[in-house]
Amino acid sequence: MRGSRVVAGLVLAYLLLPVAVVVGLSFNAPSNRLSYDFDRFTLANWADPCGPAGLCASVLRSAQIGLLATVLATVLGTLLAFGLTRHRFRGRGPLNALVFLPMATPEVVLGSSLLALFTAGAVPLGFWTVVIAHVMFCVSFVVVVVKARLAGMDPRLEEAAADLYASPWHTFRTVTLPLAMPGIVAGALLAFSLSFDDFIVSNFNAGTMTTFPMFVWGSAQRGIPPQVNVVGTAMFAVAVLAVVITTFRRRAR
Amino acid sequence: MSDLVLQGLTKRFGEFTAVDALDLTVPAGSFFALLGPSGCGKTTTLRMAAGLEEPTAGRILLGDRDITGLRPHQRPVNTVFQSYALFPHLDVAGNVAFGLRRRGVRDHAAEVARMLELVQLDGLGRRRPAQLSGGQQQRVALARALVNRPQVLLLDEPLGALDLTLTRRMQVELKRIQTEVGITFVHVTHDQEEAMTMADTVAVMNAGRIEQLGRPAELYEFPQTPFVANFLGQSNLLAAEVVERGAGYVAVRAYDNRYSVPAGRCRAAGPAAYLGVRPEKVHLAEAAAQVPAGHDSVAGVVTDWSYVGVGNRYLVRAPWGTELAVFSPNTGEGYYPPLGGEVVVHWDPAHAFLLDREPGAGDATTPVAPEPTGVPA
Amino acid sequence: MTVTAAARPARAARRTPYLLILPGLLWLAVFFAVPVVQLGATSLYDPNGSLTDGYAMTWSFGNYATALAAYWPQFLRSLLYAGLATAICLALGYPLAFVIAQRAGRWRNLLLILVVAPFFTSFLVRTLAWKAILADTGWLAGLLRDLHLLAPDGRLLATPFAVVMGLVYNFLPFMVLPLYASLQRLDGRLLEAAADLYASPLRTFRHVTLPLSMPGVVAGTLLTFIPAVGDYINAALLGTVRTSMIGNVIDSAFLVRLDYPQAAALSFLLMAAILVLVTVYVRRAGTDELL
Repeated sequence: MRGSRVVAGLVLAYLLLPVAVVVGLSFNAPSNRLSYDFDRFTLANWADPCGPAGLCASVLRSAQIGLLATVLATVLGTLLAFGLTRHRFRGRGPLNALVFLPMATPEVVLGSSLLALFTAGAVPLGFWTVVIAHVMFCVSFVVVVVKARLAGMDPRLEEAAADLYASPWHTFRTVTLPLAMPGIVAGALLAFSLSFDDFIVSNFNAGTMTTFPMFVWGSAQRGIPPQVNVVGTAMFAVAVLAVVITTFRRRAR
Repeated sequence: MSDLVLQGLTKRFGEFTAVDALDLTVPAGSFFALLGPSGCGKTTTLRMAAGLEEPTAGRILLGDRDITGLRPHQRPVNTVFQSYALFPHLDVAGNVAFGLRRRGVRDHAAEVARMLELVQLDGLGRRRPAQLSGGQQQRVALARALVNRPQVLLLDEPLGALDLTLTRRMQVELKRIQTEVGITFVHVTHDQEEAMTMADTVAVMNAGRIEQLGRPAELYEFPQTPFVANFLGQSNLLAAEVVERGAGYVAVRAYDNRYSVPAGRCRAAGPAAYLGVRPEKVHLAEAAAQVPAGHDSVAGVVTDWSYVGVGNRYLVRAPWGTELAVFSPNTGEGYYPPLGGEVVVHWDPAHAFLLDREPGAGDATTPVAPEPTGVPA
Repeated sequence: MTVTAAARPARAARRTPYLLILPGLLWLAVFFAVPVVQLGATSLYDPNGSLTDGYAMTWSFGNYATALAAYWPQFLRSLLYAGLATAICLALGYPLAFVIAQRAGRWRNLLLILVVAPFFTSFLVRTLAWKAILADTGWLAGLLRDLHLLAPDGRLLATPFAVVMGLVYNFLPFMVLPLYASLQRLDGRLLEAAADLYASPLRTFRHVTLPLSMPGVVAGTLLTFIPAVGDYINAALLGTVRTSMIGNVIDSAFLVRLDYPQAAALSFLLMAAILVLVTVYVRRAGTDELL
């Protein structure tokens, strides 16, 4: 048992080591563009995060795509999850398979096949094609998360609401939706992080537009500006802060 | 206030008939218990009354008003669910106010407070259901339903999840609250003691039908069917044949012995009958000479004995092999035979009853102890 | 009598599920199913066509044979690397998930946050951080050389080791979370009961803990293996041409060589391989609940 604790500690360290390196490198003044070594401490990268051309624009674009894709995928996925868990209808089995398959399909295949569709339809590649692509692979994940939440819900709660004079619409609004909310929020967060972090599918369907992961990929060939690590560190800090705040607020209630 | 009337109410799930052409009138303001073993259709009946289950056939009326086609939220009927079904995302006050809000009642705060006081939960309005004990959750469920002043309150095994002491306390409590608010309570339970403690009228259900309906004492003292005789308490039922229907009495023959029962306690129409007597109505004597005059008796051997504090339970094997259950209250008087001792069991014929028996059916006693081996059935 | 009153809401209810699923169904049909079917058609096009001249449908099943003949090493390598990474993830993830689920007490939530913390920053940025850690001039390579665990001219970066390690790193949380979910449901008293019934810790694990956490093991291995086998970022950033995986081949067939029929055939082979492996695995593991 003690052995498993040691292993657990080492595994956690392994998971967090690169994050520490990212934070460290954000304060690095590299000696040349292709160097990955820590050369000299500096605050210059933090003072000028938007220095490298296109970096901040790509972050902003990724955020916009992420938000749009999240909203759409969450709405579509939540409706699907309700349909699949609450109703029996013909074609439920095949639909379940259709929802599962995108998760089992490699991203290269998802990205390339969609590109072929856009090319065949002469759809100009760019912002919207990437949004469409992201919604497509995020929907399944939202469905899975929301479905799990709905499956764990006591059906008597909705019966109780109906019994207490709530019409079907009121039952949905005052009982079902609030109870499903944690699942919907979790699904939305997952969708956003999948979209914001996606490189492969975006790379196929973005045309000349650049998202943040695409910017990182591109600069990895030419030498990474240290500001990329600033963005990475800032993202990490914001996420940690959000988690801490929500945890404390929940505890305060 | 109006009566709840069920007419020919039927519910089938595929091939299975859960509720079979039920006719029932629950008088307004009464405390009514639907008692039966699990799977007898009592909960399905309740859910149909609440509108949560659609009847296959039949009608549900409140007074003269047909409510069969109304959705649950359109019925002036509320339910206390078995698992309480409290809304976990609302606090206690929010749960209790739920129905009032939906019906557009303004100023529900005072109502809610008054109701929480009635169920002795004053001051706990801001708590979440998860922070309450089982008994407290049960009270919230009750308050949440009662605050709407429904015409009928349906209770689905409301005490099933509580421990024994709490159950006893809540039984008294529920009865007090029902008397106070005067609303019709329909209480579904499988616990005969619970049903008898609280209800004015008990309906015993079996296999989708009502076997008998009446005041608890009526049901217990003079059951209608062998099922009621053995579901509500326990009975010794001996297979007998009616041999004579005299003035004021009916005589039967069982295993070459002749017994009699007052004519008013005979439900047997044909010759095949069960002679029934409750274990606590049966007494033990050392010898036939000590049997009081007018009592019927059987001689036997004590095959099992257990001491249960308030009394002693015996099994006495009759000469033809049937074991009769006897309960002797621990009054400090009377005869307490040893295991294996020869005894005479006797009873006042006025305490016996006769029920219809399927021709060919044997004795129907419920053994209190595992059957001893080597005894022919 | 009351039949009509009851039937009216039922008819509306029958329409509801279709209204709920329609938008999502359409999206997945148009942007997932149609493209995949079209990709299947593309894989059978005349291999001699080109993007500029267009392709003719010649039902060229030979595309598959050609693709496999040319790229079977990358195929095998992908399966090998992904399989290896999955096994290592399981070996590393299980103790971590067990400790968090059963032994962490009030630290449980903090530890869970630490497991998902890497997700809080970009996947590519983290992979590039590994490039810094494993660099030839980096401290880790230096340390290993000083300890004589690495030859003086030995490398960490651009080796199969680096690629597999990168895969393990990237997909480890996908292994830990489902394992945690099923281990957390495991009643601690069962372990005590097993110990009480004379089971050694090892036997308790084999006969109680492991069987009960099987759903988590199955979910975790699938969530790790499926994305790992198609991944090409780790191979591209941490490896060399000699370590390239099938994802790299498909990517360049589509975007560099512009050989669409072959790229499509390779994609379909990859999908088929994954579906076959997953189906066989799920059958053998004896739990269908994931599908």
